[in-house]
Formats: sequence, C-alpha cells, structure tokens
Amino acid sequence: MTQLPLADMGKIFQERRERAAESKARRVERERRLADAVCAWLGKDLVKRAAFRDQQTIYVPAARAHETLAHCKNALGFDQLTDCTAYDTLKLEGEHPERFVVVWTLTNLGQEAMLRIKAYLNEDEPVLPTATDLWVGADFPEREVYDMFGIEFEGHYNLKRLLMPESYVGYPLRKDYPLRGRGERDNFPVVPRTRKASYE
Amino acid sequence: MSSPTPQATSLSSDPIPSKPFGDAAISVEPGLGEKDMVINFGPQHPAMHGTLRLILRLNGEKVSGAEPDMGFLHTGFEKLGEYRTYNQYIVVTDRMNYFSAMANNTGFACAVEEMLGIECPPRAAAIRVLMCELSRISDHILGIGLQGMDMGAFTPMLWSFIEREKIYDVFELTSGGRLTTSYTRVGGLAFDLPDGVEYRVRTFLDRLDDTVRDMEGMLARNRIFMDRTVGVGVLTRDEAIAYGMSGPLARASGVDRDLRRDRPYLGYEQYDFDVPVFTDGCVYSRYQQRLAEIRESAKICRQVLDSMPSGPINALGAKATLPSKDDVYTKMESLIQHFMLTMPGHGIKTPESGEIYHATESPNGELGWYLISDGTAVPYRVRVRPPSLFAFQSILPMIKGRLVSDVVATMSSLNVIAGELDR
Repeated sequence: MTQLPLADMGKIFQERRERAAESKARRVERERRLADAVCAWLGKDLVKRAAFRDQQTIYVPAARAHETLAHCKNALGFDQLTDCTAYDTLKLEGEHPERFVVVWTLTNLGQEAMLRIKAYLNEDEPVLPTATDLWVGADFPEREVYDMFGIEFEGHYNLKRLLMPESYVGYPLRKDYPLRGRGERDNFPVVPRTRKASYE
Repeated sequence: MSSPTPQATSLSSDPIPSKPFGDAAISVEPGLGEKDMVINFGPQHPAMHGTLRLILRLNGEKVSGAEPDMGFLHTGFEKLGEYRTYNQYIVVTDRMNYFSAMANNTGFACAVEEMLGIECPPRAAAIRVLMCELSRISDHILGIGLQGMDMGAFTPMLWSFIEREKIYDVFELTSGGRLTTSYTRVGGLAFDLPDGVEYRVRTFLDRLDDTVRDMEGMLARNRIFMDRTVGVGVLTRDEAIAYGMSGPLARASGVDRDLRRDRPYLGYEQYDFDVPVFTDGCVYSRYQQRLAEIRESAKICRQVLDSMPSGPINALGAKATLPSKDDVYTKMESLIQHFMLTMPGHGIKTPESGEIYHATESPNGELGWYLISDGTAVPYRVRVRPPSLFAFQSILPMIKGRLVSDVVATMSSLNVIAGELDR
C-alpha cells in the first residue's frame, strides 16, 4: 500500500464519512418503509409502533405473532432471525398490558435492513407458537427464553432447558428472582470425601 | 467351563490366562455393531476446546445423530448486568470471549453510546479500531493454529502462540491486562495510548506477514490437512442464513455480509479493506477465510496507525472516567469525582425507556447487544447475542453422515468459545 500524505488522507476520509452518512440515511428510510409495510399488513391488529434512535419496533398481538413473522420472512425478505429474546416488565416504568415481552430481531440480508417485533405475553399462560418452522436458527434462542423466563414455544421439537440443569426449579431472568440467596447451593449437595461413592 | 486354554504362539511356553484382564474385560455381545451407539463427546475431551459437549449417535463410525449440550460455564452474566452500572459491566464483557476481549469491550461500549446518542471522539474510535483488529488477528491466527493442531500439525499452533504473545504485549502496554483488558469506557477509553505502542504494532505487523505466509505454506497444500478438511463439515449458503450464522463462518459459506462494511461503526468506512468471501462452506474454506481476514485486518491496522488523530479520548469529558488512585488519595476533587461515579444513584444519565440493538463484527461474527434502559445508571435488561450460540446449534447438518474424526475437524473450525456460548 502506498503511503498517502496526511492532508490527502484527511480529505479522502472526510468524503468517505459523508458517503457513509448518506448510505445510513437511506438505510434508515428503507427500514422505516419496511416497518410501514408490516403495519399496513397488520391493519387494526397493530398494538403499538415505536422508534428509538432510528430503530423500528412493532408490537403485535401474541396471537398473530407467528403470522407476522411468516409475513416478514416470505413477503418482505427478512431472511435471517438475528435474535429471539424476552424481558420481564415487572419493575419497568410505563404502561404494560402484560408481564412478559418477547422480542424478535429480524434482518433482511438483501436490503440490509433490521426490524424488531415484539409481543406482550400473559403471565398466567406464557405460550407462543415456535418460529423454528420459519428459521431453524430459532432453536437455541427459544430454548434459552424458555429456560430463563419460562415462556413456552408450542411446536418446538426439543423444548427443554438450555443453560441450567434440567432438574432446575425457577426462571432466573425473571425480575422477581433474586440475584442470589435462593439456596442454589443446597440443590446440588456436595458429596463428602469420606463417603464411599457408589457407581451403580 | 472347560474351554481349552489357548496356547501362546510366541517362543514363550507360558499359557495365556483365560481372563487376561480379570473382570474388567468387556464381553462382546452378539449383534453389538448392528445397533446405534450413543457416546459422549466432551465436555472433557482434548479435541473440544472448552467445556462443550456433544452427544453423538453412531452407526459404526458414522454419525447418525447429534445433540449439542451446553451450560457448563453458565455464569449468569445477563442477570448480573441488571445489577451493575454500565461501566462496571465492561469488566464482565471481557470474560465472555476471552480470545478477543477488546472486541467485546468495544462492542458493549458502542451499544451504550448508541443508546445515549453520543459518539466517541475520533482518537478513541481509531484506537478502538486498532485494538479490535489486533484482537481479530489474535483470534483468527490462534483459530488456524488450533485447527492445524487438531489435524495433527503441531508447528503452526506454536507459531500462532508466538504472534499472540506479541499482541498480548501490546494489550498489556495499553490497558494493563493481557487477557481481560477492560480497556473501553462508555464514551471513550480508560487510558490514552502510551509511547511505544505504534513501534510495537508496526514491528509486529511486519513480522506477521512472514508468519502468515509460513502457516499458509505449511497447511494450504498439505496433503493430510486437505484430505481432512476439503469437503468436510459443509454448510450451504441457505443453511448458514437459516441457522443465523454470521461473521467468518457465514462468509466462508458465501454470505457476503460484514458489519464493518454494511453498517459501519467507529469510522470503519474510512479505511480501505476488502471483505473476502468463499463459497464452498467446508472446513477448508473456513481456514482460507480466516487467513484472508488476517491480511485485511493487518491492512486496517496500518491505515489506523498512519492516520491516528489527536485529541480527547472520552466524549463525556475527563469527569466520566475514574481518576487515578494516587489522585483519589491526595486530591479533594478527584475524591469527589470518584464518589460521584461509583455511588448508587449517580453516574451516567440514560433515557427513560431506551432500547437498542447494536451489533459489531467481532472475530467470531455478529456480536449483538440488546439493552433496555430505565433512566438509572444500571441497565434494565442486558441481552448478548453471542455468535458462538448460533454456530454451535448448526453442528448437526455439518456432521451428519460423517465420521467421528470429521466431528473434530468441524468443531475446531467453528471456533466456539464456551465463555461466550454459556455466558
């Protein structure tokens, strides 16, 4: 690589920064239009729409969540499920109709666009249809949500705990679960060295 | 039981005992090879780098089914994030991907800055890019070395460790830590670059070209290495997209996406670099992918050093970082500043209901942070989108119908980091 004089480099860098800012503005506009398309398709069922720092979020009813995801994948080209996670609104300020929120982050690789879809979920019966039929990659993230929040995904072929042991009781990332002090150590007793272990 | 004692065929006339291994001998049941056999591969297997476990169902030596099992290193980092301030959490991010802690520090700091709506100063951004690319080189070169080692080539691994030591020397000089660096802060960096870093990085980069050439000469046309890797562990482009793969693993399968180019952050758009893409999606193309990316990273490092801007290193000003311990003990202002930064109820002002998903291109792929803020100095929810999680769950289509030795080759090519996988 040839060494450019520093003054030239500054000018070239400036031009490239401007071009990147333009392309970012185009990307934000593209993401807004795709979110518009989802809202128009949802029609009356749209719960809420929000945008924070140019990131589009669409709240859908839990009953239509799977349908919306399928529409995003098949009609709008969101071909990758980047992430699936959840959070507990128990201690969060503001209006929240239900306790849990499941969040899907979708990526359109062809147009380089991102969209966030959320669904409120009832505390008494936290069940959603799985997205593994749309993206195989939803397998582990859904298992993790089940493990950490106790939200079940109907139709998942192998829904069991991912990170915690299968005999574990409780859902650690719920807000009413303490950081420590629920006697986790007592659930896994240490075998004292003096006792002879039996391998039967 | 009056079976005749078998006679030794050697010169010795001692009879072979009828039970040479005592009761420990395995009795071979009739029809054993006709059934499938379930074995544990890991978590304490020398070919599993880290505490990973695969339950394999074998038909003879062919893999007919597999289930990845994880959680052995689960530490509750996401739960811990809800009890630590944003700057305290940077220490936790080191522990996730201990191969490239700098990239994790940078990713988290960038996500918080995006949520606050601030941008780090140009000098801080350039230093972060330099550190990220150095950690990418260290991660990839070690990945190739370990891949070679699993195929029986021990020398490239030793070469890669020599280069990694040099990178760690640079990290030690800049941040004080070799493995767990904790170098970034929200809004910028903890310290400025000390003297001598530029010289060290430049001499390292000059030497790196030779090492990469040597490693390529050792592996690229090596008969044994190619026999074990070409066409093994294939993941097609569609499968890679469906499984949520990203980074070098997806690019080795033909997915032309690099967040540094497609969603530039930290001023990556300023630098000249190519995004190498390979289409075969096998273990060998993952090796080629990493090798090509090392060269591009070295290119970026040189450009950053050539154009290193001067100026402040923290957008929030000098008041946003902890003062040095000497000052805390001797100066009133520094003591107050320390108090204001560490006491609960003080610290960074965050939006009332902010949420952000910000992804950076870490050495393993798309490292995403989903943060929710509630106006306090402590995040309401921290979610990490680790690239290794998506790499580990896609193991089945790669190894199905292959031999057990191919499982070793595939696992080492994925470069799954257990700390990041289990969090």
